[in-house]
Formats: sequence, C-alpha cells, structure tokens
Amino acid sequence: MNAPQVIKMYAAREEIYPREISGRYSRLRWLCLWLTQLVFYCTAWMTWNGRQALLFDLVARKFYIFGLVLWPQDFIYLAALLIICAYGLFMVTAIAGRVWCGFACPQTVYTEMFLWIERKIEGKRSARIALDRQPPSVRKFARKGAKHLAWGLVALWTGFTFVGYFTPIRQLAGEALNLSFGPWEWFWVVFYGFATYGNAGWMREQVCKYMCPYARFQSSMFDRDTLIISYDRGMGEPRGPLTKNTGGACIDCSMCVQVCPTGIDIRDGLQYECIGCTACIDACDSVMDKIGRPRGLIRYSTDHALDEHYTPTQIRQHILRPRVLIYGAVLLLIVGAMALALWLRTPLKMDVIRDRGAMGREVEDGMIENVYRLQIMNTTEQRHTYRIRVSGVETLSQATADTVTLGSTETMAYPIRLRAAHGAGQPGSNKIAISLEATDDPGLKVTERAVFFVPR
Amino acid sequence: MSDFTNGFWNIYIIILTVLGVAGCAILLYTQATARLEPGQKTDGTTGHIWDEDLSELNTPMPRWWMWLFYITIVFSVVYLALYPGLGNFAGKLGWKSSGQYKEELAKAEADYGPLFNRYLQQDLKAVAADPKAHAMGERLFLTYCAQCHGSDARGNKGFPNLTDKDWLYGGTPEIIKQTIMHGRNGVMPSMAAALGSDQEVENVAHYVMSLSGSTADPIKAVFGKAKFGACMACHQADAHGNQAIGAPNLTDKIWLYGGSAETIMETIRKGRNNTMPAFEDFLGEGKVHVLAAYVWSLSNDVSASPLAPVASNNAVAKP
Repeated sequence: MNAPQVIKMYAAREEIYPREISGRYSRLRWLCLWLTQLVFYCTAWMTWNGRQALLFDLVARKFYIFGLVLWPQDFIYLAALLIICAYGLFMVTAIAGRVWCGFACPQTVYTEMFLWIERKIEGKRSARIALDRQPPSVRKFARKGAKHLAWGLVALWTGFTFVGYFTPIRQLAGEALNLSFGPWEWFWVVFYGFATYGNAGWMREQVCKYMCPYARFQSSMFDRDTLIISYDRGMGEPRGPLTKNTGGACIDCSMCVQVCPTGIDIRDGLQYECIGCTACIDACDSVMDKIGRPRGLIRYSTDHALDEHYTPTQIRQHILRPRVLIYGAVLLLIVGAMALALWLRTPLKMDVIRDRGAMGREVEDGMIENVYRLQIMNTTEQRHTYRIRVSGVETLSQATADTVTLGSTETMAYPIRLRAAHGAGQPGSNKIAISLEATDDPGLKVTERAVFFVPR
Repeated sequence: MSDFTNGFWNIYIIILTVLGVAGCAILLYTQATARLEPGQKTDGTTGHIWDEDLSELNTPMPRWWMWLFYITIVFSVVYLALYPGLGNFAGKLGWKSSGQYKEELAKAEADYGPLFNRYLQQDLKAVAADPKAHAMGERLFLTYCAQCHGSDARGNKGFPNLTDKDWLYGGTPEIIKQTIMHGRNGVMPSMAAALGSDQEVENVAHYVMSLSGSTADPIKAVFGKAKFGACMACHQADAHGNQAIGAPNLTDKIWLYGGSAETIMETIRKGRNNTMPAFEDFLGEGKVHVLAAYVWSLSNDVSASPLAPVASNNAVAKP
C-alpha cells in the first residue's frame, strides 16, 4: 500500500437518535419547558392599560413593559438587565454547571419539543433508525412529510409570536388571517420560523457543539466543587454484563449513551459537548431500579466529592466558596442598584437647550431676555399639565406662558423667554435652574440647570 | 469613481482583490485534507508533529461549515461583479452611495410630501388657522429657522423679529412665502463717501435718531437733515422706507442692528449686507407654504381671518 493516505479535516454529521426517557429529571425538564413556553406564547396576548402588556415598539422607540414605558434614554436599564443575566448565569454555572443549557435554553427546549413531535410521528428510537435506513417509499415520504409539516407549523407559530412582541400581536393576527403582512413582517415571521425549524429540527446538538460560545467558555466558571453530571468511576468500574459479576455497578447497557441528545458517553468524564440535560441520570437510575442495584451511578456530583467521598452535606457546604460569593455579591449589588434606579425613575424628562444664535438681548424697560427651548418628554401614558418655574437670578421671570400640556407619551419642543431686570446677576453667564412639575402630581418633577446670559 | 491619481492603482487594487479571493479558495481547498506518509499511523491526530512530540487531535468540523466558507467565496465573486470593489469597475448594478441617498430622499419625499402638499390647495390664512398645520409649522420653524430668528422667532441682531408688525419686505402671507421661497438679499451701501466727513455721518445719525423720537442732539439733527437727501432714494423722503427693496422704516423704534448713535454711525459708514437664504429647493413649496402661514400667524390674530372658523371646524372634527 504505497498510495498516500488522506485524512479529512471535516466530516459529515452523524445523525443522533436520542432514546426517549422518563424519570424525575425528565419531569423537571418538561415542567421548565411548559413554564418557559407558556410565558413566551401567552405573554404577548396580555393587555395592560388598553394596549399590549409587553411590546417593544422599535419604530416609535418605546418599550412597553406592563406599567413601565421605557424610552431610548432608559437604555441603561437594558445594559443592567444584560449584566444581571450574565452574572446570574455565571453564578448558576459555578454552583451547578450547565443547568441553563439543560433546562431553559431555547435551543434545548425547542429541540425537546421537536423530538416529541418526531417521536409521535416516526415512532421510537429503533423505529426512527429503521425508517431512515429504508429505501424511499410512499410510507416513508408520508411520515417525513407529516413531521416536517408539524415542525413547520410550530416554527411559524413561534416566529409569529416572536414578531408579536415588536408589532402588536392582535393586529398581526388579523393580518395573518387574510395574509396581509407587510414585507418586513413577512420577513421576520419567516426568518424566525425558519431559524426555529432549522435549529430545533436539523441543527440540534450542532448548535451547542459548534456555534454556541457559552459552551466554550463555561469551563472558566467551573471548578472542582461545581456540581456536574458525573459517572462514579469508583462505583461503576470494572464494568461488565450483569451475568458476569465484574465487581463494578455498570452493566455496560449503553442506555446512557442512547438517551444522550449530543451523542456522548458520559462515562468518559466531563466533556464540552455535555449540555447537562440529565437524561443519562434518569436512564441509569431506571436500569439500576430494574436490576435491583442502588441508584446514583450517574448523578449530580462534584470532582471533589467523587475523589474524597463527600456526603451530600459536605457537597452543600462547598457551595459557599469565594467564587460563588463574589458572583452573588456582584449580582445582588446590580439587582439592588437597578431596582432602586427604577423605583426613583421620574417618567418625565426635560432637556434645556439655550438658543445659540442670541446671547442676551435688551427688551422694553431695559429687561434682559434669554431664549431657551425646553425639550419635554412625557413618558407616562396620562395627559399632564406642567408648571414651569425658574430661579437662580434675582427678578428672573417668564415672559411666556408658564404652563404646558402634553398628551400621553408626547414629546414637545417648547420655547420660553426668561427676563431679568437690568443690573440683576453678573455680566456674563449666570447659573439658573428651570424646573417642571405636574400640576396634578407633585412627584412628577424634574429640574435642569441652564445659563442666563447678561450682556456686558 | 475616478479618484485614483493614475491607472496603476486601479490595476493594483484589482490584482490584490483577485489574489485575496483566489488565495482564500486555494487555502480552504488545500487545508481541508491532510496527506500522511505511506504507512504512517495517526492515532486520531492530524498526523502533523511539531517540536519532536507535539501533535494535534483531529476533531473534524462539520462538513456544512466547510460549505459556508465556500459560499462566502461565491458571495464575494458575485458581490464584486454587481457592486463597486474591483478598482474602477463600478459593478453591473451601478450602485452608488449618493444614488442610494437620493433614492431614500425621494422615498421620504413621497411619504411625507403629501402631508405638507395638501395645504397648497388652501389659502395661507386658512392654513394659519388650522391647528394641525400650526403644529407642523412650529416644528419646521424650530428645525430650519430658529438658528437665526431664535426659537421664539423674536430675532437677534441682524436677524429680524418675526412676531411684530414691522416688515422689511411686507407682511402679507404671500410676501412672507415669497421671502422664504426665494430668499432676500438686503444691501445698504456705505454712505461715508457720499456724506463726506465723519461729522456729517454723526449729524445724519442724530437726525435718524430724532425721526423715531429717540434722544438726539437737536443741533446735529438739524445739520443731518440737510444731508438726508442722500438716503431718500431708498428710505424715501418721509423716511418710512421702501418694502419693494427692503429699505427699513427709520421712524419707528425697531432696529435690525441697533438704535444707538454708535451703531447707526457704523451702519452709515460701512453699509450693511444681509442675506436670507432661499428655501425653495431645500424644503419644497409644500413645507414653505406651511411655514409661511405659521410665521404670519405669529404677528396676526388667526381667528380674525374670514376663513378661519371653517378651517378650524374641519380640523377639530377630525379625531
């Protein structure tokens, strides 16, 4: 054999047929699925104050979150929310590994839903493998067609719901009934529908293995006290069939491999492909129950616990370690700061823009006059009349109307003229304050600093 | 795209671009596989050994990922054929950023133009009485006019107050619209040579001040009156000005540049040159129409317009 060997740096995907499994963790995973999906599919339909309760109106640049209306000026809250999410994820990962991946990540949840549909239409694992190996036939085509149709419907419904958070969903539903979406609504519904169909139906574990960055940097949050799904080598090895008593608890039935959605063997230890879905724990426990051996050959444990035979109490004691405490402290700090900031937030904003063309001018009776433009934003959903007050220079008064009325979520540029008697203030810039207060709600008040110019 | 200083750079860019794309394709093709020596054992590594004993496990990437890389190369070839990128070659689509800007501008005009243009059918006084048009006019004013005339439209030195009844070129809605559409260029020539000495200039300044009842030196004013003939061509014999050429009325207390003796002397000595730009091309007639009605309404009672009740009823009837 003198021909040079060639090895490939890429490979075709090997289809994974996860075996169905039931058990306590499986029930927990389905509970999470129901909770997250009920929230996702139903929240869009809730109303509040006669409008959609949760609506991100990108065109009008207003985010409606139940009683709260956020404007682009409130962008800092989005940053805080993202930091909270990140630290929450870090802390949970440090304590219990990739529970987010296994129980709540949309990729896992939708894959689980799509697998359920696949199972209902194509049958169990062995039936699915057999069907895929069959030559093309009407039966095969009918089964596959039905599956893709069902996937497509779920995916479209998902895309529709997603777009429903950005464009009022009731209006969108009306448009859907007579197929009169606008071009961008079409694009995004189909785009998100296709992404759901492709990721949950076709890509599945490849998203976690090759595309998800979180899977790759999770290891920096792990340490030897992190709860991971572990195979107890000391208990299981040497493995062997039940009939030969090898001394190890593992009977090498390969159930843990068959149920794995990423197709790995957990007995090889912690691997980056493991998304922490716990299917192998349920599988192994059910086998152990059948053969009458104690459960827990595969279980949530830590490296330390396995090496040093910790009791569950000792494992719990090791949860409180510097890494977790620091993540927790930062998380608590940011959650507290954001809650406080939201509590103190005034739903009224004002910018004072002094006219640049004119410094100060002399008007009748020798008064000095300056012109300002008040950029007022009423971010509440009620109509308010605001009183304008000025202070900072003696005899400072308003030559324009001192009340202004803004409708629900209205923005207005309101020019005002301020006057002070000749001789009041210093020549040059004088610091003044302009405040705005709702006549019907003293809590609705903002004060902005400005400059009153007296000609030299 | 003709901004290369000579033809060499055009060729240079084309060669670099083509070499870059082709290089990527070749690299991708050759690195997708590894050749081993006959009989070499790899034990799941790539077969390459660094520094005597370092080797790398072969964990192959998915095949579809390779296809994505090839698709980027196809994309770049199609892109370079359709859009500018290969030196001076403009691309089959003839796309230009300036062209896209013009398209977007035309689309915005098509979207928003009708909102303003529908007022063109209405008389300016009726537009002034329409609250919706008033709000639109105010926004336009704050965007395009407030820089010079002030947010309150009361002007500034050299920029007329638009809220009083004194107009340089006339204050009917039609003339205001004409002023905004075509702009104005107001010129007062230097009168120093015509008047002669500095003393004469001061005398005329005091006469001008006396016209509006300001405190002036009566003796200088008497001498100044004798020389005022030089000003009459524009400001008229009675000093009431001439709106046809924008010559201001000198008998009121409204001064564009200031009414002190020093400022008036400066005006006479050096002359004044003042420009209001034309907005016809920039804003279009629809917006100017709405703006003119708004500016007129600043110094006029819109409810006094005979058309006002009808117009405002219409506006109120709409939710």
